[in-house]
Amino acid sequence: MSETMAPVKGAAKPRKGLERAVVRFAGDSGDGMQLTGEQFTTESAWAGNDIATLPNFPAEIRAPAGTLFGVSSFQLQFGSQRVYTPGDRLDCLVAMNPAALKVHLRDLKPGGLLIVNTAAFDRRNLDKAGYPSSPLDDPALAERYRLHKVDMTVLTLEAIKDLPLNQKEKERTKNFFALGLVSWIYTRPLEPTLDWINKRFAKRAEIAEANTRVLKAGHAFGETAEFFAEHYTVEAADMPPGLYRAMTGNRALAWGLLAAAERSKVPIVYGAYPITPASSILEELALHKRFRVRTVQAEDEIAAVTAAIGASFGGAIGVTGSSGPGIALKGEGIGLAVMAELPLVVFDIQRGGPSTGLPTKTEQADLMQALYGRNSEAPVVVLAPATPGDCFYIAYEAVRIAAKYMVPVIVLSDGFLANGSEPWLIPDVSTLPPIDVRFRTDQEGFFPYLRDPATLARPWVRPGTPGLEHRIGGIEKQDVTGNISYDPENHDHMVRTRAEKVRRVAQEIPPTSINGPATGDLLVVGWGGTYGSITAAVERAQGEGKSVASIHLRHLNPLPPDLGHLLREYRKVLVPEINSGQLVRVLRAEYLVDAVGFNRVRGLPLASDEIHEAINQLLGST
Amino acid sequence: MSTGATDARRYTKKDFESDQDVRWCPGCGDYAILSAIQKTMPDLGIPRENIVFVSGIGCSSRFPYYMNTYGFHTIHGRAPAIATGLRLARPELKVFVVTGDGDGLSIGGNHMLHVLRRNVNVTILLFNNRIYGLTKGQYSPTSELGKVTKSTPMGSADRPVNPLSFALGCGATFVARTVDRDVRHMEEMLKRAAHHGGAAFLEILQNCNVYNDLAWSALYEKESKLAHELRLEHGKPLLFGPPDDRKAVVMEGAMPKVVPAGSVPSGALWVHDEKDLNAARLLADLWVPEFPIPVGVLTAREAPAYEDVLLEQEQRAISERGPGDIAKLLTSGDTWKI
Repeated sequence: MSETMAPVKGAAKPRKGLERAVVRFAGDSGDGMQLTGEQFTTESAWAGNDIATLPNFPAEIRAPAGTLFGVSSFQLQFGSQRVYTPGDRLDCLVAMNPAALKVHLRDLKPGGLLIVNTAAFDRRNLDKAGYPSSPLDDPALAERYRLHKVDMTVLTLEAIKDLPLNQKEKERTKNFFALGLVSWIYTRPLEPTLDWINKRFAKRAEIAEANTRVLKAGHAFGETAEFFAEHYTVEAADMPPGLYRAMTGNRALAWGLLAAAERSKVPIVYGAYPITPASSILEELALHKRFRVRTVQAEDEIAAVTAAIGASFGGAIGVTGSSGPGIALKGEGIGLAVMAELPLVVFDIQRGGPSTGLPTKTEQADLMQALYGRNSEAPVVVLAPATPGDCFYIAYEAVRIAAKYMVPVIVLSDGFLANGSEPWLIPDVSTLPPIDVRFRTDQEGFFPYLRDPATLARPWVRPGTPGLEHRIGGIEKQDVTGNISYDPENHDHMVRTRAEKVRRVAQEIPPTSINGPATGDLLVVGWGGTYGSITAAVERAQGEGKSVASIHLRHLNPLPPDLGHLLREYRKVLVPEINSGQLVRVLRAEYLVDAVGFNRVRGLPLASDEIHEAINQLLGST
Repeated sequence: MSTGATDARRYTKKDFESDQDVRWCPGCGDYAILSAIQKTMPDLGIPRENIVFVSGIGCSSRFPYYMNTYGFHTIHGRAPAIATGLRLARPELKVFVVTGDGDGLSIGGNHMLHVLRRNVNVTILLFNNRIYGLTKGQYSPTSELGKVTKSTPMGSADRPVNPLSFALGCGATFVARTVDRDVRHMEEMLKRAAHHGGAAFLEILQNCNVYNDLAWSALYEKESKLAHELRLEHGKPLLFGPPDDRKAVVMEGAMPKVVPAGSVPSGALWVHDEKDLNAARLLADLWVPEFPIPVGVLTAREAPAYEDVLLEQEQRAISERGPGDIAKLLTSGDTWKI
């Protein structure tokens, strides 16, 4: 946290200008921390900051109160410069109970701001968190951090004592006290939260009144309480001008599909089975029937993908979405789409695995599954968004490629991108590339596996087209005629043709954009949700004068045509991933480069500090 | 459902025969079924290009290749799910699912359950031969308990599933049974099933002469057929057997019972009612030797089809709020200018 004194106008207490700050709200699952964090994010967006968020919540729906595994948190970084990640270490931690303190204190910087709700530090909660005595009584805590003990519960109840709500309803509003207080500390506008309260509780005036009062009480407490000697401002960031909105990855994937349906004029059928962290795509799409996006909550993952394939056979864009375990079940279905050469889009919102693994945590370990996780030779196109907002463009691009090449396209998002949000510059939809779907209707010279010379795509025929009745399926086909064929040479030819079709998608990939010098000591290669951490680390190293560049791959199969050349322009190549080394293995195999992995698989995003350290280590060892 | 039934074109059976050589074993019951279906198609009054046959894996699932319509030979057990997606994308198409006892009730049992309970407007033809033919003779989920096959040399330990009871349990709105060796009845049942406005489940008892020959012999030999077949006809009493030994199925308490027809006053006969779901459930369980084997339509009830409900929602959303506009959606809600 770099600090500079800024002139203060008309404020009762001095304000310090900050370039950026990292704040985490942590409490019990029932304490409303996700909502608090989301509202604080909206306030920061209003303040014009760049933002990155990291929601983190337990897999249990109603985890027992006060337990360590029941802790839910929401972290965000906001800044006046570009913000690439939710931040590694915290400038400010709000702990609503002892369990939250125990789980999250280790991430708070020495000297960081620590705000605790003392009311929750009773014997029962201390026991549940495993504290033999109250950590708040340990003088070391106040020495190491700027500790502020606030009885939020009592202050909340006092603010609304005359309202006709029961005790439980009253106590439930205490998260807005914390929000008001932290909003004061970082000089956030309260208007968006006040607006939200009025809309959300339009039908329950007394709840709206309670939340409003408690929010303002928290804000006023910051202003008047003796121990908050100062507060902070974070100036608006210098971002490209335009209209912005907050965007999460899953919503962006859904909206990218809506855009594709509108531009292609082809309906989308989305088949899905509920699974964390992909379910919100299904829920979002189900809200938008007006876009002719039809959703099926299928009986299982296999039905979800095969319903999508049936829709594609019918001339719609079939899409399915899941997480790693579901993608495993869809493997045979994806193979059918490869064989039948039908468009199919598959979203894989990766989570910690294998098996059930860590359902609500993030990971990047499905790359090999996406590339190879099917029987036999079944190549598909694989794309990966870099940021939550990028999910919009990737979903759109997936539909465009699937329809143009008649291939399945797998999109590898992850739990971090899915739930994380960023300020997103709203695009002009008319600037998106066209999705030009042409169904064959001409009977003259028609064969089901006749190929387009440029893309090798076979014709897409909508059943209902007179004279083009034909049969396709999972059995090997003779090229062109589409008749069943067990001929050895034909099979070899078809295996190569299906691979070549996917390879030709490379002609759709723009030149790789390089962050840094075009040649140098080290190239950091990333993909997916690690974009922010890698970019922040690389820019820091560049700031230290090091010869480092980074590229972030959005196309994982086929790889960009210029990649092989690029890798040789640097003496060393570092590949940070949240897996045991999957892309690095692909790069070594494909290009015979001595790329080195940096791998942590903790269910969390990579910290930019640790990537920075890995960069230094690799450079130092030369 | 608009499948262009007013189309003036006149088809013959030949119009539905594809140019592919049929590759079932000589003597297979599938030949008779194929012929009956091809023969029935012109009577449906649907343009050929609006008809799609979807299948899974197994001998029966080769079916689409032999029909000169649109066809999709998919993967094992998944045809009902594929057909569901197809209907949702293209509700104007007439969709048939061709499956078998292994494909439809073992690996694809889950999809069969859900396509039936959702009442997707598809015509499901389940060829039941009580054996796995394509994999060369292992027992199937409809094989009788104790069946000796290659995979059960000492007899199977699995109790079989009754396809009709299963379908009824799933809430199917049309459930019927026919036999591959009774061409006229088969054609009649195919038409009934194809005209049903929801999920229609037709079990076709089919002979695998290589791995399970004469599994349905009770209905094959003339004398036996006469003695054991119970023809279900709406509004007609449950009577069966040769003229000199006519029998009736009646209710005794909550249980069906077979009695000499002459012993029952005509007013006390059990009259078949296709709308009576409880009766259908009792009929589905009847089997030799204690009872006759019912063939015909057990139940046919009207209910909204899944895709019709969803598409009605789509139309309602469009008529209430206009078609989707992505540019408007992107700028809706909380936005801010920089």
